Amino acid sequence: MTQHPLGPRLPGAYVAPGSASFADFLAGQAPELLPDRRTATTAASVGIEVPHGTTIVAATFDQGVVMAGDRRATMGNIIAQRDIEKVFPADEFSCVGIAGSAGFAVELVRLFQTELEHYEKIEGTPLSLDGKANRLSGLLRANLAMAMQGLAVLPLFAGFDLRRGYGRIFEYDVTGGRYEETAFHAVGSGSLFARGSLKKLFRQGLQESECVTATVQALYDAADDDSATGGPDLARRIFPIVAVVTAEGYRRMPDDDVAALADEVVAARMQRPDGPAAPLT
Amino acid sequence: MTTPFYVSPEQLMKDRADFARKGIARGRSVVVIQYADGICFVAENPSHALHKISEIYDRVAFAAVGRYNEFENLRIAGVRLADLRGYSYDRRDVTGRGLANAYAQTLGTIFSSGGEKPYEVEIFVAEVGDEATDDQIYRLTYDGSVADEQRFAVMGGSAEQAAGYLEEHYSDGLGRAAAVRVAVQALAHDGDTARDIPADQVEAAVLDRTRGQQRKFVRLSDPTVAEALATEA
Repeated sequence: MTQHPLGPRLPGAYVAPGSASFADFLAGQAPELLPDRRTATTAASVGIEVPHGTTIVAATFDQGVVMAGDRRATMGNIIAQRDIEKVFPADEFSCVGIAGSAGFAVELVRLFQTELEHYEKIEGTPLSLDGKANRLSGLLRANLAMAMQGLAVLPLFAGFDLRRGYGRIFEYDVTGGRYEETAFHAVGSGSLFARGSLKKLFRQGLQESECVTATVQALYDAADDDSATGGPDLARRIFPIVAVVTAEGYRRMPDDDVAALADEVVAARMQRPDGPAAPLT
Repeated sequence: MTTPFYVSPEQLMKDRADFARKGIARGRSVVVIQYADGICFVAENPSHALHKISEIYDRVAFAAVGRYNEFENLRIAGVRLADLRGYSYDRRDVTGRGLANAYAQTLGTIFSSGGEKPYEVEIFVAEVGDEATDDQIYRLTYDGSVADEQRFAVMGGSAEQAAGYLEEHYSDGLGRAAAVRVAVQALAHDGDTARDIPADQVEAAVLDRTRGQQRKFVRLSDPTVAEALATEA
């Protein structure tokens, strides 16, 4: 049960000076709301199938960073959802995409978003991009027990570093290990194919629109070879979520723009199903 | 042998209220004013780090006068309460009224308990709505009483003079710059003659319902304030 903190007056912990971390506050005041408590921890141990999100890709360009995610969630061989969203704004200058156990992932993202906003409000200044990446690491580590039970979540974190003036990408392992990627990265079941695709398509000095095209192509390639990744759904008009983060902040590309781009990519694949060919040398 | 002397409850409460009021009267005032696109907060504050005006949640902001450590405590408690509520229910379930209630209970309990000294603070909690008629401004005093304010409100040392000035010069549907200007002038009219308050001594922020983001709170930078003050001519 959720505790209602409003007794006669705000409890001492609310006015106690100290931590600017929402997760720490939650652990003290309402631990039942932490993601590992909120999602049924026993689900995995008794072998219940839970929806899984699949492929997320991210790539940098000169003015920032692009992150794109397919829309499919699978439960074993079943497609659990066709239009799930797996790329979220983390705050005004960063975004997070999540592959893995979907229900748990969404909770983790909500906690991460609140954590960043909470810090910003209490301290009066936002965390540095490295600080944000480290906090996500900490949250993952706190939920290691869930990962060990099979409810693993793998985030991909990207943002615009206002101090350094360029976009950066961070990947994680289930134990909370944090690794910075230069140029591009992908996570999830189709990530191998997406990464292979980006290897051939990515180059330094891309413009924003070219970078977005590269990520959509990579997702197409991932869906081409991985059954758990959803390709562009032309019949239902469901297309990837594309987020762009620049010095101006987080922006989700309008669905119509992504649809137009996806139509172009699909049309080109009609001519050459394997996608654009890279030069041999 | 010392003789314990009797103090009537009326006298006790009056003494505590006087104590709190004196503390509050020492500080500079804060003005909250409704304008066309939302709610504007203006305070005279030479510090750029120690804020009197702060964001609490998407549509809710906080302004305070009095003892810094006490209202800072309450501000942090408000952020924690709002974030916890928004996280456990939904972002839309965080309201200014809920927060004002929590503050009222807290201030009221502290004021009437014998063990603690009363807080020497006054607080504004404001929530911006989709329409100007949905805007809410609550004013909380040191003893936990709550007042629902309309159009504008002032608290702090020279609240009466400033409110008097606003009573004459406020009009509905002001633009943002005009709202900042009239609020700063109200703060300047705290004596017999108007003082000159430079832009870098003004802390200003708005809850702007037209802001595209979920979070409607925006702090106004010194150049923005200076521009607003300069457009008078």
